[in-house]
Amino acid sequence: MERAGGQPVRSLNGRRHMGLPMPAELTRDYAAVGGRIAARRARGPEAPNYGAAIFFLLPAAILLIVFLLYPSLYTVLLSFNRGRNGAFEQWVGFDNYVRLFGDPDFINLSTFPPSGALWNNVLWIVFYTSIVIFLGLIIAVVAARVRYESVIKAIVFIPMAIAATALAVIWKFVYSPDANIGLLNAILGNFGVSPISWLGDEHLVNFALIAVGIWGSVGFATVILSAAVKSIPAEVIESARVEGANERQIFFRMILPMVSLPISVLAVTLIVNVIKLFDLIYVMTAGGPGKASRVIAFTMYQQAFQAGQYGYGSAVAVVMLVLLIPIMVYNVRRFRTGAVT
Amino acid sequence: MSVLAAPMAGSRARTPAGRVVATLNHWVIHIALGLIGVIWLVPTLGLLVTSFRPRSDIQATGWWDVFNLHLTLDNYRQVLEAQGMLQAFVNTVFIAVPSTFLPLAICSLAAFAFSWIKFPFRDTLFLIVVAFLLVPVQVAFIPLLTTATSLVPDLQLTRGYVAVWLAHTAFALPFGIFLLRNFFITLPPDMIEAARIDGASDFRVFSRIVLPVSVPAIAAYGIFQFLWVWNDLLMALVFVQDSSKFPMTRAIQNLLSQYGTEWHLLAAGAFLLMIVPLIVFFSLQRYFVQGLLAGSIK
Repeated sequence: MERAGGQPVRSLNGRRHMGLPMPAELTRDYAAVGGRIAARRARGPEAPNYGAAIFFLLPAAILLIVFLLYPSLYTVLLSFNRGRNGAFEQWVGFDNYVRLFGDPDFINLSTFPPSGALWNNVLWIVFYTSIVIFLGLIIAVVAARVRYESVIKAIVFIPMAIAATALAVIWKFVYSPDANIGLLNAILGNFGVSPISWLGDEHLVNFALIAVGIWGSVGFATVILSAAVKSIPAEVIESARVEGANERQIFFRMILPMVSLPISVLAVTLIVNVIKLFDLIYVMTAGGPGKASRVIAFTMYQQAFQAGQYGYGSAVAVVMLVLLIPIMVYNVRRFRTGAVT
Repeated sequence: MSVLAAPMAGSRARTPAGRVVATLNHWVIHIALGLIGVIWLVPTLGLLVTSFRPRSDIQATGWWDVFNLHLTLDNYRQVLEAQGMLQAFVNTVFIAVPSTFLPLAICSLAAFAFSWIKFPFRDTLFLIVVAFLLVPVQVAFIPLLTTATSLVPDLQLTRGYVAVWLAHTAFALPFGIFLLRNFFITLPPDMIEAARIDGASDFRVFSRIVLPVSVPAIAAYGIFQFLWVWNDLLMALVFVQDSSKFPMTRAIQNLLSQYGTEWHLLAAGAFLLMIVPLIVFFSLQRYFVQGLLAGSIK
């Protein structure tokens, strides 16, 4: 965040600090109090302030314990129970998990290509993540060469502001098999192709949905990667040009290695998006046709609230949690090494 | 500003052949970017045009038939009144506003403690908050619904908005605390120290110094959270059980399952859902992008 400089302000008692940011505070001359601070520091490290810590942390702590910690433990326990009505009444060991991984609607590796909700998440991770990053990087690099860069970035970014529910309506409209409604089939119709039911064909549906996901997320990747590309010092690239490097060499040997960290952070974010993916699937296809486009978060909702299988649904939620744990560890590690800002 | 804003293949443009290649490359770039612009605008534009076309026209010709364009507001009138979208719009506001301000208040308090108050295990506790960032909402659904009904059967939290407010707030906390704490620790320590030496209490330091200078960060987070809640379907699906309190996302989902091909209603409904986020996006783009950049971890 940038902060502009401003007039030095003398009052730290803060009678005039309400309302807008007071950047002046940051440029105040602290020499006057410097001596007193040094004196106070010399008395040794400050003692812990339990009263203040409790006052400031209590609301957050209560909500985190009641709404995150307690439910997580409850859900893990419930996944080992039959869990009718969400109550602990009949312990079944790993039965829910055995049933889950034996359910061809969840994961079916016996056919080729494999199928099932978990497999659809794999398809999403492979295609959605790679194509979003690829397109985001291309648009970030190419748009930087034209004067209307900000316009292109804004246009590509608009879907990020829109609800997945609205994205679903927009694209159900584009995909409509009625050539008077659906733009895609109307265009194909001009080339003599008969209308295709993009969302009604179990072999096409996942790719049609992934395309919508890509359309919705490329703007995000573009903005992140554009900021990263621009942080590369101009002199570095310019001197490479002077030494005779061509554009392709500059892209692959200089830009790409220097944006590899933002790309990995972006990839992690997109994978988390995929594991939590729900709204788009629920509104566009409700997991159909049949069960062809289900994903893990959809399966959890469907099993728990439509089929009423709370124990089984809990097992699905736990699988989601377990899939996210490596990413949690990655984040915490990254944070401890100071890479996260 | 940017390295890459330099003309393409600058070093090669010295020879005539090089200049032709550079010009050609330039045209390729303009065409490719134009195509991208079209692909990212046209689907939304199509739905916008459709939302103003009479039902009979929509069924007769595609929206791209611009020579035959009749515009009407009937679709909006119908979806707002007959389909209850006006009530749903109000409900969305009722859900989104507290679900934005509650986390803002609670996150700023906690973030201040994590940055400027000394207490044991501060960094460990903060790492736990970072780990909480990724806990999926799905783990909370069953326990919260069953515990709420078994502990206080008469309260019926999911009949009103309380359940959805609290759930949104709780799941917003890890990210909000993370984001604001990372901003608060960049404030100059001398500024805080000086105020304390002048006798200011912790709450005074927080409310009169830290909050005012952090408005940009808090605004960025607030906008992010507001749009997150405004656009949410899943939480409303689970925690709002009374159909008269459904937000727009649920109302549109219902429209879609009841009248899947009534595009005049769907298009108008979808635009009512999109209008507020689009206004926020275009008017506060800078804060919005900042919030998203900082939030790339969520």
